[in-house]
Parts: sequence; structure tokens; C-alpha cells
Amino acid sequence: MRDAATAEDAVQEALLAALAGEANFAARSGLRTWLTGILKHKIVDTIRRQARERPVSDQDADADAREFDGLFDERGHWETPPEAWEQPEGALGQKQFLAALEACLRALPERTAQAFMMREHLGCETAEICKELGITATHCWVMLHRARMALRLCLEKNWFGRT
Amino acid sequence: MMLSCKETTRLLSQAADREIGFGERVALRLHLVICKGCRNASAQFKFLRTAVQRLSLDESEEKPA
Repeated sequence: MRDAATAEDAVQEALLAALAGEANFAARSGLRTWLTGILKHKIVDTIRRQARERPVSDQDADADAREFDGLFDERGHWETPPEAWEQPEGALGQKQFLAALEACLRALPERTAQAFMMREHLGCETAEICKELGITATHCWVMLHRARMALRLCLEKNWFGRT
Repeated sequence: MMLSCKETTRLLSQAADREIGFGERVALRLHLVICKGCRNASAQFKFLRTAVQRLSLDESEEKPA
């Protein structure tokens, strides 16, 4: 979710929904699972609302598809092939790394970040993401690819390429 | 039949989001065998998934407080 205020609203709505449904709680397995489930629905609700207010155009899809063409030569080979990242698993335990990752996520275009977070963070299927964002499956795959390419470059610049 | 690196990165990403076909899987495998740059990109895409899920874990640990 892009701005803190929107995220806060989503969390607040989730908590209100949680309190309102307290009677059902005893039947649930655990507080965290239960809250996370509600929160996921609330985040999706927020994304759906935003998608309705500002639809994505097909023009955006074309621009997205071409965005990383510059990384490749005219035959489609890497201009500069990606180097292996050193000990990426070690980075996962570091707070600074997670902060760098969050900064890279924030730098993505809003819809691209939403699609990526729905897929990788919330574990939604592509069909669900397309529906919520009001885009075609093809555009959805383009967006997710764009997110991965941009995050790869961003982390390389801000983390793995530092030394 | 031979994929370019550009096509390969696109297919690598799609393989994470949809069921790719047999032909696509073979073409992908063939390209990865000969291309270190795309193997690195593939590993990095997978790492991104793990890293973003880690983000989720950390948040859910802090939220219920």
C-alpha cells in the first residue's frame, strides 16, 4: 500500500471488523491468523476501491512492456548480464536490508507495487489480482514482470552492488 | 525456438504467476543451460519472493501488539 494514511485506514478498518466479529472468534484457530485474514481482505478492498476510481489504460500496458527494453541489445541479449548476488540469504536477517527492500517497493509505480504485493506478499492468484485491479491477465503478467525487473535493479543498486 | 534473454526474463517471471506450457518450459530450460546472466536473474526473482514474504512475517509479528 502506497501511503501510510491509506495503510492505517486499512488496518483500522480491519480492527473494527475484528471487534465487530468478536463473537465468531472462539471458533477460529488463532488471533494472528484471524487478524491477518481480515487485514488481507481489507487491503484488497482498498485496492479495489482505488482501481475503480482510477482505472488503468491499455496505453499503460504498452509502456510497461517496453520499460526494460534498454537492458537488452537489438537481438534481445543482455547489454550487461546480471551478476550473481553474494549471499542473499544473509541479507534476509538484516533490518537494513528489509528497509532497503521496502524503499525499492515504494519507488515502484503504485499499481505495479499493488499487483506485486498482492501476488508475493498476500499470495493472491493472478486471476484475483486482475479482477481487483480491473486489468487483463496479460497486463497483470507484464506488471509483475516489471515489478521484478525494477526491484532486481533497485536492490542491485542500493544493496548488493554496494561493495 | 531459441529464446533471447529478453524473452527468457519475461517467461521466467510468468512461470512464477501462471502454469507455463511444456514447450515454454523446455525452451526456458535450454536457454538457462547456456546463459549465466539469465540464471542469475532467475535466482534473483526467486529471492525477491522469499524476501517479500519475510517482510510479511516481520510485520505480522509486530502488528498484534
